[in-house]
Amino acid sequence: MLSAHIQEQINRELKKYPVDQKQSAVMSALRFVQDEKGWISTDDMSDVAAFLGMANMAVLEVATFYHMYNLKPMGKTTITVCTNLSCTLCGAEETVAHLKTRLGIGLGEVTADGKFGLREGECMGACKDAPLFTINNKRLCGRLSNEKIDQILAELDKS
Amino acid sequence: MRGPVTQTTMDFEQPWTLENYLKVGGYQALRRVLTEKMSPDAIIAEVKVSALRGRGGAGFPTGLKWSFMPRNFAGDKYIVCNSDEGEPGTCKDWDIMLYNPHLLIEGMAIAAYTMNVKTGYNYVHGEIFEAYERMEEACELARAAGFLGDDIMGTGFSFDLHNHLGYGAYVCGEETALLESIEGKKGQPRFKPPFPASFGLYGKPTTINNTETFASIPYIINNGGRAFLELGKPNNGGTKLFSVSGHVNNPGNFEVPMGTPFAKLLEMAGGVRNGHTIKAVIPGGSSMPVIPGEIMMDLTMDYDSILKAGSGLGSGAVIVMDETVCMVRALERLSYFYHEESCGQCTPCREGTGWLYRIVHRIEHGQGRKEDLDLLLSVGENIAGRTICALGEAAVWPVQGMLRHFRAEFEYHIEHKRCLV
Amino acid sequence: MINIEIDGKLVETERGSTVMDAAHKAGVYIPHFCYHKKLSISANCRMCLVEVEKAPKPLPACATPAADGMKVHTHSELAVKAQKGVMEFLLINHPLDCPICDQGGECELQDIAMGYGGGESRYTEEKRVVTPKEIGELISTREMSRCIQCTRCVRFGQEIAGVMELGMANRTEHAQIMSFVNSSVDSELSGNMIDLCPVGALTSKPFRYTARSWELSRRKSVSPHDGLGSNLALHVKDYKVARVVPVENEAINECWISDKDRFSYEGLNSPERLTRPMIKQDGLWIEVDWAPALEYVANGLRQIASNAGAEHIAALATPHSTFEELFLLQKLLRGIGSGNVDYRLRQSDFSADGKQAGAPWLGMPIADINAADRFLIVGSFLRKDHPLLAQRIRQAVKHGAQANIVHASDDDLLMPVANKAIIAPNELLNTLAQVLKALAAEKQAELPAAVQQAVAAVTVTAAASAIAQSLSGGQQVAVLLGNFAQQHPQAVQIALLAEQISALCAGKFGYLGEAANSVGAYLAGAVPFAGNVQGMNAAQMLAEPRKAYLLLNVEPELDMHNPQQAMSAMRAADMVVAMSAYKHHAMDYADVLLPVVPFSETSGTFVNTEGRAQSFKGAVKPLAEARPAWKVLRVLGNLLDVSGFDYDTSEAVRAEGLHTLGLDDKLGNHIAGVAISIMANGNDAGLQRVSDVPIYSADALVRRAASLQKTHDAAVPCVMLHGSEMQKLGVQSGDTVKVSQGDASVQLTVQKNDSLPHGAVRVAAGHPATAALGAMFGTIEITTGHSTKQPENACQVAGQSVERA
Ligand SMILES: Cc1cc2nc3c(=O)[nH]c(=O)nc-3n(C[C@H](O)[C@H](O)[C@H](O)COP(=O)(O)O)c2cc1C
Ligand code: SF4
Ligand code: FES
Repeated sequence: MLSAHIQEQINRELKKYPVDQKQSAVMSALRFVQDEKGWISTDDMSDVAAFLGMANMAVLEVATFYHMYNLKPMGKTTITVCTNLSCTLCGAEETVAHLKTRLGIGLGEVTADGKFGLREGECMGACKDAPLFTINNKRLCGRLSNEKIDQILAELDKS
Repeated sequence: MRGPVTQTTMDFEQPWTLENYLKVGGYQALRRVLTEKMSPDAIIAEVKVSALRGRGGAGFPTGLKWSFMPRNFAGDKYIVCNSDEGEPGTCKDWDIMLYNPHLLIEGMAIAAYTMNVKTGYNYVHGEIFEAYERMEEACELARAAGFLGDDIMGTGFSFDLHNHLGYGAYVCGEETALLESIEGKKGQPRFKPPFPASFGLYGKPTTINNTETFASIPYIINNGGRAFLELGKPNNGGTKLFSVSGHVNNPGNFEVPMGTPFAKLLEMAGGVRNGHTIKAVIPGGSSMPVIPGEIMMDLTMDYDSILKAGSGLGSGAVIVMDETVCMVRALERLSYFYHEESCGQCTPCREGTGWLYRIVHRIEHGQGRKEDLDLLLSVGENIAGRTICALGEAAVWPVQGMLRHFRAEFEYHIEHKRCLV
Repeated sequence: MINIEIDGKLVETERGSTVMDAAHKAGVYIPHFCYHKKLSISANCRMCLVEVEKAPKPLPACATPAADGMKVHTHSELAVKAQKGVMEFLLINHPLDCPICDQGGECELQDIAMGYGGGESRYTEEKRVVTPKEIGELISTREMSRCIQCTRCVRFGQEIAGVMELGMANRTEHAQIMSFVNSSVDSELSGNMIDLCPVGALTSKPFRYTARSWELSRRKSVSPHDGLGSNLALHVKDYKVARVVPVENEAINECWISDKDRFSYEGLNSPERLTRPMIKQDGLWIEVDWAPALEYVANGLRQIASNAGAEHIAALATPHSTFEELFLLQKLLRGIGSGNVDYRLRQSDFSADGKQAGAPWLGMPIADINAADRFLIVGSFLRKDHPLLAQRIRQAVKHGAQANIVHASDDDLLMPVANKAIIAPNELLNTLAQVLKALAAEKQAELPAAVQQAVAAVTVTAAASAIAQSLSGGQQVAVLLGNFAQQHPQAVQIALLAEQISALCAGKFGYLGEAANSVGAYLAGAVPFAGNVQGMNAAQMLAEPRKAYLLLNVEPELDMHNPQQAMSAMRAADMVVAMSAYKHHAMDYADVLLPVVPFSETSGTFVNTEGRAQSFKGAVKPLAEARPAWKVLRVLGNLLDVSGFDYDTSEAVRAEGLHTLGLDDKLGNHIAGVAISIMANGNDAGLQRVSDVPIYSADALVRRAASLQKTHDAAVPCVMLHGSEMQKLGVQSGDTVKVSQGDASVQLTVQKNDSLPHGAVRVAAGHPATAALGAMFGTIEITTGHSTKQPENACQVAGQSVERA
């Protein structure tokens, strides 16, 4: 079952689209699930499908097509690092290396305590701030240095 | 230095507020259009005079595109803003939404009036959530202030704008993939024809423009098409936002007149990072062929000049690489990107992008073969022009550009199984 | 019309058609994979690239609109280079082991690769491997690595079957065809995806690796199942049917067949096949030769006829029997003086016998369904009873038609339904009367006085008036009665009202034929009122038990309207002769078992629901000692000295019984001389039984099709109730309860089904689990005596993660 909060969020989103085009809200519906649970299970996909009157498979197609959806449990905080050209020119490899050592995990993995997950991302459309990462797909942190990364991690650890 | 078209609010501490936008004459163009009941034909004519070309990458004349929309269509019609910038190197639309969201709203409202459209969508790249939130908030405020929604400024014209957040698929920047995505489907481009102007969002006539394109409209209305044209040069009207990234001291977005020398733009970006020399530049986003630094230094930043040099102005994203960059490694990363982002539906792109990447990857890892370079070109030839959308070309052009200008470096790699640099 | 030139040939083609369409017209073949004439255009395989003069790059013929004066080259250097380039891409990740591929020899990729593939591969990287997914008993994905992502299967589901069972997950070269969390793919039309798949990625699970395509001989046949009469090709290896595929017939099955048509052949090779005649002696079954068996039958019948009278002999036959068999059966019965012959085994209202203008039929050609713009479908489990007719209605709805439903269960028809009245079975007649009344008002039409009087008293509900409104806006209205309506105790009244409704709309009114030969059986005279000797109908033969029963392909406990009554009549009879392809329950009560062959082993004719007679030949020899029933009946006729039984061939039987030309005047749905009366049916107290015949229980053959029997649709029936009725009874899903009808009862598991109306309970018929019960309609009592509780969601899996490729 989708939580009342998620349902409310989806209903608000549905107002943007023609009444006979509920499927248009599927991307945000999946995002709301992920915001609440950290990832999207196949049960969640069925729930979203039922809510929007879609085929289960149509929801799965969407969930697997867009790369920002976590299809397996990720950390409470998931960090996604851009490694595309502009970022790589500005030291993204070092950013990834530093995060790996600090968190003790590789790309696509989650720390044992479930606090942090690490993913690689494609161009985020913020290349002037390279190197950069996003936190839970919400906050974008750029012009990273190892010190700045440490500072952000410390802050996240507290929250 | 601030550009006059999209950077009008940048001097404020909080450039994005409605209050500040109004202070710089915001929503006056819309007010004029609506209260004077300017004729759509007149607006389109003005946009044509301005020589505004689409800022999304293809450079298609905007006025002409708008004239394709069926005027007397009975049902719903849509306009859609393409803010899905994900072409590596590009980050200009981000700034517009973050710092000047009402400019975009105003531009779209004018476009909506011109094409007699009641509903618009702004498709925002998934990773820049803050820009999405900013747009949501700005739309809310604009609605409350009567710049959006029913009966705008009491003129009887109604238009509402909604933001749709992408979630990690570069191909959704392609306009028909973007429409599919708004419809709640996988972002797989559609075969054209039919074109969006006849069969677009939900099957209805639709016009899609880039964020910067829409954001240029208020200037054109306020100052006239001629004034916009004269900011730039013939056939390349206006100023353009360039995102300069990579090996420069001061990366950023710079709005400069079309035709500005590249050297000047580089200087604005603080020059090549300290102690290094320029090796190569990708002048228009990662899909445009690379140009060696020394050639680039003599070019001006406009569609025609860059095209003549064998590349394209694309989205206006300038990636600067200094002498430390291994071109094989750079191409490997780009090829990986296109392979990763192929939507997977059409054969040449689905199969070809992976093949290209694997060959470059092999070369980079010391397993290249002599025949690989010709194979790369031949595979590329079998992709380009055979696909449903231009992602096929986008994957091939970087390969062609690299081999055109830096073939020796690739050959060295194959022969010595290591980098030249 | 516009003119275009393809490879120098000038063709005229319709405006809006594609280069591919024009090429078809010109007889020019353009290689393709994703294109399929019945599916939407996706233009994704790029195999059909051709050169179009003035176009800067090659264009896909399947998606490029033909334009006047266009010049197309399909074999120019540019075109061939593009096609070869695409073929190379298709093959780089495709296994090149055709000799061990199940599709080998009938693979579109293999065929086209011969023409367009290169010699040596330039691709030296690792090939992609796709892990197979488990998607049920009918389709195998073991060879998913062979998929070329043409998405025909996905589009088929979305557009034709109406259910997206398969989708393409992921993107890039990792795009993969799969079902949702391995859910099984077995909607009633799924098997067509096997045919659609141009490579060996989706294969028939039952058939896989049982034969190579070149070892098979292909024999044309006709489906023995539903009333459509789908055209089949039976593929035969070693004297056995190894698989079944469709033969295209646009007017009937288009290029599809149902899963029942496709996979029921497994029942042909069932171990239950009866291979020798058997006689029960002193309570023991012994195998005998044909001669003594037939002598025994003839003697028995002769004795009963002379001792008790010929009217004590009765014959029941399924409408899945051929025209020739049914014709000889009734001729035999009448020859020995009995008119007791009937094929309408699940019917319960016979009040129109002798008053109907002709054989009840669809009332229009099948293909006209696509052109209708308003449907009223009364009492039909449409999807399961008529999978391909449902598909045609789905296409019509997609093109703007409105479907209106009056039924006792709101099953998902996988199409938008404009209006529906879901009512308990005993309200069916009243609801139709409401629709008629509302429609007359809507149209300001005057009804015949008697009809007007009959409907005057009914109160029109909102649902009925919505239906009437929809119908009245139609130009081409079709009013169709399903199996449920035909089996209803007020079937004749229902038909009378339906005809009135259609008349008001100047529409068509018809019956969805239950079985392959429902129309043919009527035309063969296998009804008690057809001959000079009047006889008893199927219900009467059981209500007043006869001394002898001749059963042609009938399994009384599963095929009859009232199995309980049928079984007691069988048990009480002096002699029961079961002509059957299978050993079955008849072993308990019959005296003689005569092994007759299924449709694949005899020549014969089925007349489908639109009145089209389709004859076929035997595809394989009769199994062991089994014989075609028409031959058995011919010998019996001889033994009983009935004249006119000297047929050499089934064609001769057909020639006597069926004048194929001018069949039309033998079809007729109009009923004359029965007054309309909208009377309540039975008492309203208690739960009304709603019974469907599950799709894979409907006839003897499919009951023995092993793979189909493992699908969802073949699950043991539950007793289904609306949630509110469950609350009243204090039962929950998963409870086992006692389901009683009269003095018979069975134990069934409760399942919540809110698509049922209040006051109704759905208990399937035609299934061993419910065979002890009585009539298909009536009152059911549910007692919770010793209910064992099972956890509600026992079968539900917890959320799973998806592996991102
Ligand atoms: C693979 C691909 C990616 C694209 N990405 C973008 C993008 O991120 N932003 C954009 O505005 N246009 C993008 N485009 C171009 C759009 O399809 C379209 O031409 C553009 O939005 C039209 O707007 P304009 O006329 O204002 O430039 C892309 C095209 C392709 C083929
Ligand atoms: S070119 Fe690539 S991204 Fe574009 S439609 Fe084809 S597969 Fe998809
Ligand atoms: S048949 Fe035309 S692209 Fe596949």
